[in-house]
Amino acid sequence: MRVRFDKLGIVIALLAAYGVLWSSFATLKPNRIVQGQAESMLQSLPAWAGWGLVGVLVVAITAALFRTSPWIKLIAAVAALTALTLSIGYAATFLTPAGNTYARVSPASGFWILLFAFALLAADAITRLDPPPAMRVLFLVLAALGAGALLMSGSWDGLSIMKEYSGRADVFWVEAGKHVELALGSLFAAVLVGLPLGILCHRVAPLRDGVLNTLNLVQTIPSIALFGLLIAPLGWIAANVPGAAALGIRGIGGAPAFVALFLYSLLPVVANTVVGLAGVPRAANDAARGIGMTGRQRLFKVEFPLALPVILTAIRIVLVQNIGMATIAALIGGGGFGVFVFQGIGQTAMDLVLLGAVPTVALAFASAVVLDALVEMNSRVPNGARSA
Amino acid sequence: MRAWVPAILRGLLLLVLIAFLVSPGSFEPLLKPLVQPNAPAIYNQGSLLSLTLLHLRTVLIATLAATIIAVLLAILVTRPFGAEFLALSRSLVNIGQTFPPVAVLALAVPAVGFGEKPTLIALFLYGLLPIFENTLTALTNLPRSVMEAARGSGMTPLQRLIQVELPLSLPVVVAGIRLSVVISLATATIGSTVAAKTLGEVIIAGLQSNNLAFVLQGGLIVGALAVLIYDGLSAVEAMIARRTGAA
Repeated sequence: MRVRFDKLGIVIALLAAYGVLWSSFATLKPNRIVQGQAESMLQSLPAWAGWGLVGVLVVAITAALFRTSPWIKLIAAVAALTALTLSIGYAATFLTPAGNTYARVSPASGFWILLFAFALLAADAITRLDPPPAMRVLFLVLAALGAGALLMSGSWDGLSIMKEYSGRADVFWVEAGKHVELALGSLFAAVLVGLPLGILCHRVAPLRDGVLNTLNLVQTIPSIALFGLLIAPLGWIAANVPGAAALGIRGIGGAPAFVALFLYSLLPVVANTVVGLAGVPRAANDAARGIGMTGRQRLFKVEFPLALPVILTAIRIVLVQNIGMATIAALIGGGGFGVFVFQGIGQTAMDLVLLGAVPTVALAFASAVVLDALVEMNSRVPNGARSA
Repeated sequence: MRAWVPAILRGLLLLVLIAFLVSPGSFEPLLKPLVQPNAPAIYNQGSLLSLTLLHLRTVLIATLAATIIAVLLAILVTRPFGAEFLALSRSLVNIGQTFPPVAVLALAVPAVGFGEKPTLIALFLYGLLPIFENTLTALTNLPRSVMEAARGSGMTPLQRLIQVELPLSLPVVVAGIRLSVVISLATATIGSTVAAKTLGEVIIAGLQSNNLAFVLQGGLIVGALAVLIYDGLSAVEAMIARRTGAA
């Protein structure tokens, strides 16, 4: 029988070969901001671990190269990713000279290339399995548990990013809280205002173009400018409206960031509510009217459930966008993970940048997976199957 | 009858924008009330015009590169040879959109250094997604009757691609480019946090010195550029759509 190669497998194999053979695995730096010395995979690990890692990777690449079941590919990808993440932590302990507290070890290009290659393999396997939404969320939970176990076990403690973390563990969680608060709070406010506004635009046609065009214009203003522009009016409100300052409204800090994110979030929510409601089949509305439903009953029992997938899509867009944009709040003292990113850029300490960027990406990715699953579950509800 | 109102408004916006860029000084009285008595009301650490041109150049380069790569990729995955990659490319686009621009910028710095390069990389990556998505949608939703007719008349796959599929997809591709340009115009301002020469410099200088006038002029120039380019590309799109419809 002819052996059949997998085209993506060839791409992954080439990437992985480049990552193993021609790039460095870890970088050893005398301190946190200077350029370091790049080490190859076998130099960064004791012999048994280095060759062990190479072995795992070769097996995984072989699984990627041939046409086999997606489950085998997924298991191979997970095994390779686990071996990589454990090894980079081990490399940190191995490379750091004993007793040296200034030396830092960071992942180098080869590590990132291999991580990308096997993440690609995992993404491809999952795409081919086409799992139902609940299973995708389960995969996400398993991945999160795996990452949590890795961090709790302390096997990464020697890595530079974890040293940056341990120096500011308290601040990290405070900023994490602020980040989530900003992203979720502004989303919540946008839904609270955007849904009724969308319904109003749907019912009152002359209003529609004006509202949507205004919200479109808001989107063209760059986020850093909008954040800055809101400082003045909010500062004025804080100074002149009694009680506003007590509510936490201030010219700089969280308030302008919150309002800016809220303004950006309105367009997707309003626009998708209008589109969703417009897409409700006329027959459904006629039937509802025929059985004597009032306008409000129709809205909540017919139009709204039918428009829900489109509205949830807007919520997904907004949440992912807000999590990303909340990083910019740090520029105006609004906190969030952006604090570490901008501090890191300022000090050219890239591991500090990673400390801000990695959780942001993880958070955005997780929200996208969960909300995609929600959208899919809601579009599959058969007509009238849900009881009130 | 009222169709010319938006056109006039756009013309006015363009005139005001050009006037402001050529002679920002003459607008000083308008911005003066926003700043402290001794603070400058007009950005004074560089020419607004040259920053605007640099901003546009950065966006243009990134968008051109993104368009070429995104369209080629979309063509590849819709051919029989690349069909295996179609589903994966869709999920990758989805995943790619979850990476925040600031993170991409910051992470590109260690690889390529400060300045314009990380900004170009971030804009390129963000620009790819809408164009790729739109091209893919267009190429996979062509009217079946037209495709059958092209096949029936004996066109080779390459002829079909160049003479039928691409021209029919063009309006949707341009719509993708339009989205991508508007996102890039705004995202390019963040590039100034890693020392790229864009209009973000004006905004960040304003944030740092608490100068509202700087923030406002930086933001409004970018906003005006976005509105004008968006409208211009919408017009191009409508023109192409009319021509393919008429042909």
